[in-house]
Order: sequence, then C-alpha cells, then structure tokens
Amino acid sequence: MSQFAINIIFVGGSFLLYIAIAIWAKAGSTKDFYVAGGGVHPITNGAAIGADWMSAASFISMAGLIAAGGYSNSTFLMGWTGGYVLLAMLLAPYLRKFGKFTVPEFIGDRFYSKNARLVAVICLIVASVTYVIGQMAGAGVAFSRFLEVDSTMGLIIAAVVVFVYAVLGGMKGITYTQVAQYCVLIVAYTIPAVFISMQLTGNPIPGLGLFSTHVDSGMPLLTKLNQIITDLGFNSYTADVDNKLNMVLFTLTLMIGTAGLPHVIIRFFTVPKVADARWSAGWALVFIALLYLTAPAVASMARLNLMTTIYPEGTQAAPIKYDDRPNWVKEWEITGLIKFTDKNGDGRIQLYNDTPAFQDQAEARGWKGNELVVNRDILVLANPEIANLPGWVIGLIAAGGLAAALSTAAGLLLAISSAVSHDLIKGSINPDISEKGELMAARVSMAVAIVVATYLGANPPGFAAQVVALAFGIAAASLFPVLMMGIFSKRINNKGAVAGMLTGLAFTLCYIFVYKGWLFIPGTNNLPDNAANWVLGISPLSIGAIGAVINFAVAFLVSNATEEPPVEIQELVESVRYPRGAGQAQDH
Amino acid sequence: MSGHSYDAEKYWKANLRLIFGSLIVWALVSYGFAILLRPMLSGIAVGGTDLGFWFAQQGSILTFIGLIFFYAWRMNKIDEQFGVHEE
Repeated sequence: MSQFAINIIFVGGSFLLYIAIAIWAKAGSTKDFYVAGGGVHPITNGAAIGADWMSAASFISMAGLIAAGGYSNSTFLMGWTGGYVLLAMLLAPYLRKFGKFTVPEFIGDRFYSKNARLVAVICLIVASVTYVIGQMAGAGVAFSRFLEVDSTMGLIIAAVVVFVYAVLGGMKGITYTQVAQYCVLIVAYTIPAVFISMQLTGNPIPGLGLFSTHVDSGMPLLTKLNQIITDLGFNSYTADVDNKLNMVLFTLTLMIGTAGLPHVIIRFFTVPKVADARWSAGWALVFIALLYLTAPAVASMARLNLMTTIYPEGTQAAPIKYDDRPNWVKEWEITGLIKFTDKNGDGRIQLYNDTPAFQDQAEARGWKGNELVVNRDILVLANPEIANLPGWVIGLIAAGGLAAALSTAAGLLLAISSAVSHDLIKGSINPDISEKGELMAARVSMAVAIVVATYLGANPPGFAAQVVALAFGIAAASLFPVLMMGIFSKRINNKGAVAGMLTGLAFTLCYIFVYKGWLFIPGTNNLPDNAANWVLGISPLSIGAIGAVINFAVAFLVSNATEEPPVEIQELVESVRYPRGAGQAQDH
Repeated sequence: MSGHSYDAEKYWKANLRLIFGSLIVWALVSYGFAILLRPMLSGIAVGGTDLGFWFAQQGSILTFIGLIFFYAWRMNKIDEQFGVHEE
C-alpha cells in the first residue's frame, strides 16, 4: 500500500472516531456533555484542556524550533507550561466562582462597563486571529505533505477543513471528543519518539534518552550532537545565550499569555466546583507535560538524524550525493518546504552554517554556500521518515498533527464567534437579536476570521510557533492584567481597566507591527526584524511582558486618580475570593 | 460570604501567602536555575550538558506540576479550615 493511502486511512479514521464519539455523546444527555457540568472528572477535563491547548504550534512546530535553536528555544517549553501555575493560582478558581461563560462578560461585569466589555472583545479577537494564523500555517504544512500538494494548496485545503469542522461545531464543546483528540495526538507524538530514542540511545523513554549515551559513538547524545553541528559552523546546541533579558521576557510573555488566552480560561468555567478548577489545572499540565517532556528529545534526536543523513560518513567526509538523497527529501521537495540548490555544482548536498567565521573552512572544502534549506515546521512531521520508521507511524503522525491543529483552530474560531455574536452584537449593538440571527453572526464572523487567517497564513510573519507566540504577547499585554487585577484589587475601576487594556494592546501591537509589518502584511514593516534593530535587544515576540507591565501601571494610576468602584462591585470582588456558594456554571 | 469578617480576611491572607511562596519557587526554577543562574550551575553535569540546561528543558516543567498539585492540596485544606469550602 502506498504511503499516501496509509495517510488517508489514518487521518480519515481519526476523523470518523471524533464524529462517532460526538454522536454517541449527544445520544446521552446533551447538556451534561456540552456544558461539561455534571460530574466530568478533573482528570477528564485535564485531558480535554490538553487537546484544546496543544496546537499545531506545540505539535508540529515547537520541536523544530528547539532543534534549530537548541537551549535558547527552551523558552517555548517553560513558557507554555509555566502559565498553568499562574492560571491555577491567580485566575481559574476565582473565575469559576464568578460563574459566567465568556471572558469579556467577566470584564464587563467586574468593571461595570459596556466599554470595558467591548475593549475586551477587541483584545480577544486580535489575539485569537493571530493565533489562528499560526494554526493555519501549521495545518497547511501538514496537509501539503500528506496530500502531496504545494504549500499554498495545502493551506487552502486546511482552511476549508477547519471551517467545516468548526461550523459542525458544537462537537468542539464535547469533552469526550477532545479526550479522543488528546489520545490521538499524544500517541502520535510519542510512538515515533520512542522508536527513535531506542535506535539512538537504547532508552525507550525519549525524555531520558535525551540525557543518555549515543549508542553508535559511545558519547552522551548531546555531546555528539554538539560536536557534529559545531564542525559545520553552527552554534553549539547547549550553548548559553548572551541576551538573557530577551530570554526572560520571552518566557514571561508566553507564561502570562497562557493565563490570558480566552479559549483556555473558558475551560475552567465549566468544572463542577472551585476546588476542581485547581485540580483541573494540575491535570491539564500533566497531560501537556507528556508531550512537552518528549519534545526536547524529539528536537535533538531529529537534528542529529538529519545531520547524519546528510553526512553519513561523518562531518569531515563528503556529504551525500543529491541523486542518492533519501525518499523523504524528495517528498518534501514537492511541497517546496525543502529546497536544494547545487551552488558548487558537485552534485552533493552541502548543509552547513554559512557565516563569515566558517568561510575559510568552507572554501578549503570547495563549498560555495549552504545548499539545503529545510523549513523548521516540517521537522516533527518528517521525523519518522528521517528515522526510516514504518509507514503506519508516518500515517499516525499525520493524524496527530491534524488533530492538534484542528482542535485548537476550531476552539479559537468558536471563541471569536461567541465574542462577536454574544458579547459584541447581543451584548451591546443589538440586544434584541433573534437566536437565528445570533447564530448567523457567529458563522459569518468565523468565515471572516478564517479568510483573514488564511490570507496571512500564506506568508506568515514567522514559523507556526513564532506566530502563535505573538498571539500570546497580545493576550499577555491586554487581557491577563485586567483579569488578575479584577480579582486581586478592589480599587481598580472601569476607567483604569479600559485605559490599561488599550495602552497595553496598542503598545504591544505597534512594537510587533513595526518589525513584522502592519497587520502582518508582508513588506509594510518599518524596521528589519533582527536583533540589531530591536530596542534593548527585545524581540517582538518578547514584548508582551512589557506591554503587561504598562497595562498594570496605567490601570493602577488611572484608577487611583479617579473614583472608587461602587460598593456592590467591591462586594462582587469579595465574593469571588471565597469558594463557598459557587453554583452551577450558567449557560448563556 | 459574610462580607468583611475577620476570618474572611485571614483566609484571603493565607491564600496570598501560599501564592507568594509558590511563585517564588516558580520563578526560581525557570528564570533562576534555567536562565539567569545557569552559569553558576554549570559545574553540575547532567548527561552531556549541565543542570541549567536540564531545568530549562525538563526540570522546570516537572516543578510546575508539583507546584500546582501542592497548591490545590494546601488550598483545599485552608478552605476547610476556614469553612469556606463547597459542600
């Protein structure tokens, strides 16, 4: 059977599974499953949050970025897990006690202001659309490979599938479908990693294999990897970074962005009890960690396998001939995501770091430039092929990657559409809108969001995980500070919250757009996006943390200069702090 | 809840203390051991690299899990102690 057929079977099979579960779940009591209110255990809820949370960025893109950046990209690992600590302690239990269903609704009620709710809707939409761009970029890569089309076609197919999937929709809210998606994606991620870890280190647990001995060379795996890549002019994989400020800020941005993203917070509104919101955050992180502890192993092992594929006789011998290239290189060349140009005309693939420091060595070996360009987003998907694993493993990873991208993209689209139809239209523009009209508005806003995200996803402002990181910066600078202050301070009033959100959002967006292009449209950036041009070496990906500080400061100053919030609001704040009396989460 | 009673205030203070302590650990393993203090820990070898690298790629994640479960467990105790737990 061809690999193409196997891929179709695995991807199609996993979709049938989700639909079957959706139908089975509906046949029971719809309300129980949909609101996830009655008796969904925190462990089950944790797995569902895991599926919601881990997107194309975590599954497809992150390990590729770690493989390329080594230690310096550990930021993704810490940032996307550390946020759960903030969620569990600073937001989730109190928002659960508050017991409403959308984030703008909480902000509108706590800050007793329609304007605050509207500004929250804007923040939510900007962050979520940016997030969807990253998902589309990732899903596009996956589809282009497994359907063997070029990357633009892959992106368009991904857009259609995501749209249909999200509109079918309520499916998304069903906890058990997400549990199934979690199972598919974690199995798909882990199995190839176990095989590869066994091959390279003899240790079946990839997370431990990372720090074990490389069987072929007898050296520690990371030492061997460092040796190979530094021989070719790349930075050492484990090398420390010079710009610690940027690394700290980037990690912080991802952490507080995690705690401020509406589609994750929503999951905590639906657990039965306040205590369960705390446990759910813990279980969610356990399920997320299963992937996140494996990811750094996947990264280093894939990098090692890639280098030894190109240099089978060692770095000092000649690399492989282009005509002898393995099949996976040929397959990925079709997508345009691997490109080879024979610069020195010797018919061999020279893969090295083309820097001035390496110039002498390259000349001595007759190399005229790096000849192989590999898109970082393909690494996880290509990983089983690079390691010569059987066809069914490759089919499995296709299904896993798509589960990750689709579940998160659909969740985000639902967050966007509920913000538009529920918070924006019903909440302020036209409170008398019929249920039918509300549903129509939801679908239209989904369609608009997906068209915008697809258009910008064709020329994404970075690799999938980097685009997603921008979304975190926006959420960090706009939503997290007001949510936290809304609970921990009785003094912050409506004016302070609105001013804080607006300045945090505007500051962060401007800094990002100056380097990434206005509204992410390619070519409209004012300054080149590189370290030399960044203010104090702070990358646009890291600016969200500064935006959050500005948001806190502005909200604090404005609130103190204006009147105290009314007594009933102060009592509301008081009441969310104490778990007793949390009723069932209300439907909206 | 009974508004501004003495116990309610003590309960909230206990919560804030617990959060503060937990966040110190949270910052220490990630921003501390994994990033800023990495050079100081470079003498401690872990499988071909150093302890700071391990904290950056795995150790901090494991600590985060421990922290959340610790917080949930402690906080549930405190809820009961102050009688604000849910029935």
